Amino acid sequence: MATAARKAAPKAAAKPALRKNALPREFSKDEDLKAYREMLLIRRFEEKAGQMYGMGLIGGFCHLYIGQEAVVVGVEMAQKDGDQVITSYRDHGHMIACGMDPKGVMAELTGRRGGLSKGKGGSMHMFSVEKQFYGGHGIVGAQVPLGTGLAFANRYKKNGQVSIVYFGDGAANQGQVYESFNMAELWKLPVVYVIENNRYAMGTSVSRASAQTDFSKRGISFNIPGEQVDGMDVRAVRDAAERAIQWCRDGKGPYILEMQTYRYRGHSMSDPAKYRSKDEVQKMREEHDPIEQVRARLLKQWKLAEDDLKSVDADVRLIVNDAAEFATHDPEPDPSELWTDILK
Amino acid sequence: MPVDILMPALSPTMEKGNLSKWLKNEGDKVKSGDIIAEIETDKATMEVEAVDEGVLAKILVPAGTQDVAVNTRIAVIAADGETVGDTSAPASAPAVAAPAPVSAPAVHHAPLADAHAYDASIEVPDGTEFVTQTMREALRDAMAEEMRRDEDVYVMGEEVAEYQGAYKITQGLLQEFGEHRVVDTPITEHGFAGLAVGSAFAGLKPVVEFMTFNFAMQAIDHIINSAAKTLYMSGGQMGCSIVFRGPNGAAARVAAQHSQDYTAWYSNVPGLLVVSPSNAADAKGLLKAAIRNPNPVVFLENEILYGQSGQVPKLDDFVLPLGKARIARAGTDVTLVSFSIGMTYALKAADELAAQGINAEVIDLRTIRPMDIETVLASVRKTGRCLTIEEGWPQSGVGSEISAQIMEHAFDWLDAPVKRITGKDVPMPYAANLEKLALPTVGEIVEAVKAVCYR
Repeated sequence: MATAARKAAPKAAAKPALRKNALPREFSKDEDLKAYREMLLIRRFEEKAGQMYGMGLIGGFCHLYIGQEAVVVGVEMAQKDGDQVITSYRDHGHMIACGMDPKGVMAELTGRRGGLSKGKGGSMHMFSVEKQFYGGHGIVGAQVPLGTGLAFANRYKKNGQVSIVYFGDGAANQGQVYESFNMAELWKLPVVYVIENNRYAMGTSVSRASAQTDFSKRGISFNIPGEQVDGMDVRAVRDAAERAIQWCRDGKGPYILEMQTYRYRGHSMSDPAKYRSKDEVQKMREEHDPIEQVRARLLKQWKLAEDDLKSVDADVRLIVNDAAEFATHDPEPDPSELWTDILK
Repeated sequence: MPVDILMPALSPTMEKGNLSKWLKNEGDKVKSGDIIAEIETDKATMEVEAVDEGVLAKILVPAGTQDVAVNTRIAVIAADGETVGDTSAPASAPAVAAPAPVSAPAVHHAPLADAHAYDASIEVPDGTEFVTQTMREALRDAMAEEMRRDEDVYVMGEEVAEYQGAYKITQGLLQEFGEHRVVDTPITEHGFAGLAVGSAFAGLKPVVEFMTFNFAMQAIDHIINSAAKTLYMSGGQMGCSIVFRGPNGAAARVAAQHSQDYTAWYSNVPGLLVVSPSNAADAKGLLKAAIRNPNPVVFLENEILYGQSGQVPKLDDFVLPLGKARIARAGTDVTLVSFSIGMTYALKAADELAAQGINAEVIDLRTIRPMDIETVLASVRKTGRCLTIEEGWPQSGVGSEISAQIMEHAFDWLDAPVKRITGKDVPMPYAANLEKLALPTVGEIVEAVKAVCYR
């Protein structure tokens, strides 16, 4: 009976335990240091953005990437210059990993003229032709055909570049994702689909929204290979991304990576995240934090001193504080900007 | 230096909240990410995280305080061993640059007080030879010429290659340009429209054929949200040179889902150009212009017009300006404004009216956005009367827009109210007699003109 079914208890949310891959290739000390610094920069940037949102300096929607840093940093370490990146509205981390100026990102968040979109895009809409970052898209799943189109252009121009398309477990249920998978495999387009499974599509857990919760299998009916990756371990992420990108560069078509990750904050700033327990969040932070994992290696394996890390922390804070300072005092766009950039 | 913790805003609209609980006590060490307090708003209870490291030196607003305004200092964090001085001073508001007073929007239309009609006679030089071509052939030639001219131009859509086009518009293109540039897609409008926009972000110039614009509703999110808005959202960095084309509007006896006119829909959207030709020559010159244009262009064709022949200038590179109307027939008594297949009715009506002694001026808009309202206004100021003709529905239609513009800019010249001749306000029926009733007719135009001419 339908009524009885409705009354049945909802399935429990996915357990926090993460699938462990075969041991990933070790990082060198320099790689660990680079990953540490990049991830820390994203985290401190996002914390600052959250704080500035609280002060009313940032308006509208603001989706933070805290907890997911290893995904974008690990994939970036596997990319080559010219490879394109496109993602959804949870995009600050991706832009920083692409090398876009944190000042420009933060000033866009505050809607100022020095923002990367001159204050006209906001948190969800920034782009960089120079860094090959193609946005910044606010319609869930829309970036998937768009990013597949970037790969189409790569094949058309025979330029050897690969398009990296990020989307979440929520977007993975959109129809246009599968339309894209079909064309990508049909035409052997060089595109890596990185599914950032952070377990919640806004407030709906994966188990409540997805008939197939193993997202690496979502390409099976199109013959697209996929793998599940511990998205909290930056080494595992880089490893898998290298395999996927090479597959694409060899002309074998698309590849799917399910990054098993976790967002510590709510979906957006105004989400109290009551759909999951505090213990669940706490457990992820204590046992799987991507930054703490690298930090532990730097101290134990590479014998760095606390003071060495403190100086990295201080560098990162300086960058973030400069960005916040700039974004606070940069003037708003000139009113005449209202009428520019509508048509070329 | 001690750092103030301010009462945070937790949603775009929050102005105050209750400080329900402190989770750290004075003297406790805190680090980034630690939850230090809980705040209650009308919507939810939210947690406040520390952003800085140090010691919670002083709690300034005790737990249980109601209606604490956003940005009030609620606590102070000090570095380890640091002392905190005066904490009683009221919080200074965060430094937000005062917004500059927003002046009245810059006038972005050309001043309309002395509107001049566009003279389309300059488009074809004297002595030019013409060839007789169907609109179908003219559209095909436009694409082929642009593909020869620019390697980045490619054609994509359902049945455009092997099948030679569902309406044979892409006939011969596969043979000339190969499957790399003439791409058959699966039946997947949402997907291939998005894919084409993405390829345009990367510098290609796609011509996307929709088998009909009825199916483009599956893709309208990418046409509007991805194609039309990205240039603006990127502050001018990333544009999208792309043409979405295909037959639009009623065909014959295909019922409601296959017979809709989308002109008014797309013409509502800033960031798009909307073009809809009525004859073979315009179809060729405007499609070539659309493919070269750096912006997204929605190019609305008409199935019934595909087979109609016209005189197309025999020129090496016949490109027409976008955004310019054409006076198809000069006149003095009443202005008829139309586009696409509406022009067929308008011109026939003008013939009948001439026989009755009424000299109608007929304007073909050609481009609906940006609309050449100057040419319309110049004509209306001459004739004092105006009728709009379109197959689309009446509410918020193209005629409604023209009518409003005339009210705003030529009210004093009007001798009669502007009238709209449109498709009827019903889904398109299948039965032959009902379908005829649903569409505008020449008779309706003649009657309406006589009414506004008080004849």
